[in-house]
Amino acid sequence: MTDEQDSEQPEHPSPLRKPGERVPAKPEGERPGVMSDVAALAGGLKTTLSEFFKPTVTLEYPEDKSPRSERYRGRHYLRRYENGLERCIGCELCAAACPVGCILVIAAENTDEKRVSPGERYAKTYEINMLRCIFCGYCEDACPVQAIVLGPEYELSDTSREKFIYTKEKLLEPLPPDVQARLDSKGPK
Amino acid sequence: MNDLYNNPIGHWVVVTVAITALLFVVLTATAYTVWFERVALGRIQRRPGPNRVGPFGLLQLAADGVKLAFKESFVPAATDKTLFVIAPTIAVAAAFLAWAVIPIGLWYNVQYWIADINIGVLLVFAFSSLNVYAIVIGGYASNNKYSLLGGLRSAAQLISYEMALGLALVPTFMIVGSLRLRDIVEYTVHWGWYNGPIPLILLTPVGFVIYIIAAVAETNRAPFDLPEAEQELIGGFLTEYSGLKFVMYYLAEYVNMITVSALAALLFFGGWYLWVVPPVLAFFLKVVLFLFLYIWLRGTLPRLRYDMLMRLGWKVLLPLAIANVIVTGIILVTTLG
Repeated sequence: MTDEQDSEQPEHPSPLRKPGERVPAKPEGERPGVMSDVAALAGGLKTTLSEFFKPTVTLEYPEDKSPRSERYRGRHYLRRYENGLERCIGCELCAAACPVGCILVIAAENTDEKRVSPGERYAKTYEINMLRCIFCGYCEDACPVQAIVLGPEYELSDTSREKFIYTKEKLLEPLPPDVQARLDSKGPK
Repeated sequence: MNDLYNNPIGHWVVVTVAITALLFVVLTATAYTVWFERVALGRIQRRPGPNRVGPFGLLQLAADGVKLAFKESFVPAATDKTLFVIAPTIAVAAAFLAWAVIPIGLWYNVQYWIADINIGVLLVFAFSSLNVYAIVIGGYASNNKYSLLGGLRSAAQLISYEMALGLALVPTFMIVGSLRLRDIVEYTVHWGWYNGPIPLILLTPVGFVIYIIAAVAETNRAPFDLPEAEQELIGGFLTEYSGLKFVMYYLAEYVNMITVSALAALLFFGGWYLWVVPPVLAFFLKVVLFLFLYIWLRGTLPRLRYDMLMRLGWKVLLPLAIANVIVTGIILVTTLG
């Protein structure tokens, strides 16, 4: 019986039509009628109309922002101790760790008259070129005193290249309170 | 008012004022139709649509218009420059001319029209079929294969659907006995206790369905927007057009859309008659409803393949329209004697 079938019809007919071969007509019962087409049309229209009355999913960006991770790596901040002294000791490990070399640290000696940081030295100049920075966070990892952290801000556009060289004054701006609280909960005071 | 209208100079004053007012109204309506479409399409896709310029984004079109107006009026090299410039003007002129004969009910027993002629509907179709020249000439003059293909598609499509569109309305004329749009709107029946205007869709439902499908095809709107077909033809006949020439085509498309919506309201839904609603508001509501239908269709249906489009026109709509005419004729003869 199987032999008979094989001789009449190959088990796997070629999916490609031969030149000139016509598309076999569907059996009468399977051919969709006009009414099923109209029903499909009505179904589609119903779907779009029901979507029309649902609330939009758009996040209206400048007003509403999507939540960011706690560990989001945005712009940098230099931290201070609670007594107001700068954490940075001018060791330049951040500059050494930076893969793109966007950090410039020039250190100076602390004196008893002018004490900026609790260590021996402090950063006289601390500049980050934000156009070069790739926000990898290696500087934060490298810092032995947790002086530099990456904050949550990512809207850093500006009108000239010079404004992207973040100087020490800008980097020493106080951290957003939630980031400050998170950092205070761990690490040395 | 009649004295002024019958005075030879006063006549022209009245007509000029009427045309100016109409141009203003139609242009404004077009701008807000575009806004309405963008918002409605956005809602269908669960986006808000334009909402930045002005309250609810209502001034978006002004911003877009200014931007397009200040673009360089660019004519590509090796095009037929005269035809390239003439084509969009034909489109916009044909679109506005149709409004010359469309009456608008302003208040009870007060209607507005520029020309109240007895072949109104015929004239509207004559003008709206001029649009094909704009598209074909624009496609030819652009010296671009995509433009030419778009223009050719458009020609074939418009010829196919014009027939069905015209024939779909024949039963209406047979019942009303007039081509004057005002007569069709004010067609009244005396059915037992009911005396008054009725929406003609009750008498010609098949004609209405054919009209709506053919009108969508006639205005080159999705799902029949093959002449533009962004995905396969870049922009069809619009490919080489930019700046104000593009605006003219764009404007013509939306004016045509409002025209066929207004015609659908006038021919099938009793124009400005809607129970106790003030006429101008009733007319406005009906037109907006039809515009929404257009946008809804655009937001729902994928574009038809070209051979499917032609098959639908010639093998479905045209025979159906002819059958509709014959059946209506038989019914009219048997019921009226």
